[in-house]
Amino acid sequence: MSEYVYPVLFGLITGILSRLLMLRTDYRQYPTYLHGKIIHIALGVIASSLGAIAVPALIEQEYTAITFLTLAASQFREVRNMERNTLSQLDQYELVPRGNTYIEGIAIAFESRNYLVILTSMVTTIFYIFFGFWGGVVSALGMIFISRILMDGGKIKDIVDIEYVEPKFIGEGLYVDNIYIMNVGLPERQKELLKYGMGFILKPKNFNARTTIANLGQRQAILHDVSTALGVYRDSGTPALVPLAKRDLDDGKVGIFILPQEKDIGKAIEIIGNTPTLENAIRMPTKRKKQEGGEAE
Amino acid sequence: MNLEKVILAVLTTNPKKVPSGMNVFICDNEEEMERMGTNLEAILDGIAHSISDEIMIIVKH
Repeated sequence: MSEYVYPVLFGLITGILSRLLMLRTDYRQYPTYLHGKIIHIALGVIASSLGAIAVPALIEQEYTAITFLTLAASQFREVRNMERNTLSQLDQYELVPRGNTYIEGIAIAFESRNYLVILTSMVTTIFYIFFGFWGGVVSALGMIFISRILMDGGKIKDIVDIEYVEPKFIGEGLYVDNIYIMNVGLPERQKELLKYGMGFILKPKNFNARTTIANLGQRQAILHDVSTALGVYRDSGTPALVPLAKRDLDDGKVGIFILPQEKDIGKAIEIIGNTPTLENAIRMPTKRKKQEGGEAE
Repeated sequence: MNLEKVILAVLTTNPKKVPSGMNVFICDNEEEMERMGTNLEAILDGIAHSISDEIMIIVKH
């Protein structure tokens, strides 16, 4: 048996383990489809074995082995396409769609997680070979820890203050605080909206946050997450019953109007707060000023 | 051209005020307008918006 069997096996198992752990953290973004999970575990196994086997190949001076990794890169770019296509297709039949920004965010996460798996199995195999079994164990724990940190994106509650406000009608206009949401003509609908609706105000904590929550994709993501978790009072053929998020142009705060099936203020605030800030929505206008040497913030 | 919002129908209690060339439903009073609005909303899959006391439009979003 080759001297590399145990290190490679160890790296492989660590890689798969880290993929499984990362798969668990994103269950809310991606419903637990059994077959969807199998696809990602299978790809995780491939990624992990690529990372683990690359190390002994390089030690044995088989430098062409590095070309395997480029193959892996194109393979995992495919994963991103696959996720994007599946989720966009499904999105058409959601009562409250995820929106393209959210879908793109999930697809990017899936691609990058596979790269993290390659890195994990590679590093652990290297440590096992040079420092023995316990070196491998320590590096495995370290890498899984690092992966967890890298995969934990920001949360909405980090950048905004959330406040409950009772929605109200002024004439035919539906308002959350002073933010105009929409015009509803029928008194019957208006009563329904007031009975089931809840309003929230998101106050940005700084200028960067203001631009981030202004993003339409980010707002749609919040509506989707709340509607998934608390249910939504809506059906096809009732287009007036729609959760919406609108912006106050004066100070950048965002008014969220939702129609949950379970009217629980505390829970709703928690869920809104736990919505991930989408990578594609994050804007940092203040960074630009810093780089130009001007006044920061 | 792809129109995102379209007025599907107009309901009114004052026939003088609505434009021609549209699907106009003339109602006798506001009560009737509301009843017809509810029906049309469900049938046309649009939202009933009130733009003045006398005119209501059904818009596809």
